[in-house]
Amino acid sequence: MTAEPTSPLAGWTDRLAALAPALIVAERPYRSQLTVRVSDPDAVAAMGSALGVAFPPVPCTFSAGSGPFGDVEVLWLGPDEFLVVAPPGLQTEIEEVLRGALGSHRGSVVDTSAQRTTVVLEGPHVRDVLAHGCSVDLHPSSAPTGTCVQTLLARTGIVLQVTGADTFTVLVRSSFAEYLAAWLSDACVEYGVAS
Amino acid sequence: MQLIPCPWCGPREEAEFHYGGQAHVAYPEDPSALTDEEWAQYVFFRENPSGPFAERWSHSAGCRRWFNAVRDTRTHDLLAVYRAGEPMPEVTS
Ligand SMILES: [Zn+2]
Repeated sequence: MTAEPTSPLAGWTDRLAALAPALIVAERPYRSQLTVRVSDPDAVAAMGSALGVAFPPVPCTFSAGSGPFGDVEVLWLGPDEFLVVAPPGLQTEIEEVLRGALGSHRGSVVDTSAQRTTVVLEGPHVRDVLAHGCSVDLHPSSAPTGTCVQTLLARTGIVLQVTGADTFTVLVRSSFAEYLAAWLSDACVEYGVAS
Repeated sequence: MQLIPCPWCGPREEAEFHYGGQAHVAYPEDPSALTDEEWAQYVFFRENPSGPFAERWSHSAGCRRWFNAVRDTRTHDLLAVYRAGEPMPEVTS
């Protein structure tokens, strides 16, 4: 018998929902995540075609598309490091396919799906709320849609994606997720949310 | 808050970085041939200039890459940053 999994923010669903309309927060748990270390351009291209999504060539950006594994995002984490994010349950298949694409080139593909959970933030005050704890300039002229940065939010390490005009995706380590949820609740208070 | 320009990520706040001491300290070619005194020189002794100083920094909360920076120890101004493996650029302080 297998126990039902519990997502890192399962206990926060109601409290996060209460932040609307200042901030609309939703956890997207259990997404497949693979940390890829690769630098050879041929291997990078082969991995991109295997996923149907080209790897982002520019630092601090992400690419997104659809392929054999559904909607997939590839996040730039470093000059030879990427995070492949896909719908839940596909990590083993994707790991195999990416290792095949890597072939004999130097690199690695590691399943890190349990490391982080995903929190989607949107709403008119999303930049104001993030600015309470994040020093990166998130003005659209400086961080347009497609931006992906690793930084600190309220001293917690996060991966932050700008996915639309007023929508952001935050990847946070599972063990820090509840702290981040508590911090978000507090940061929203001045935007008309009862604490 | 001081901004440090990561050569990969651009300007980020100081809290995202970790200090790594003097840059360009070459590992000895044949460590076992060194006397204790020479080994101690390699391990413990560093420059301590008043002015431009080439240092290693790690963008530990960002791209997690080590890079080098020339910092003026008198003003804490970062005069140049460059990626690991690149030569130290000319700086004017
Ligand atoms: Zn960086």
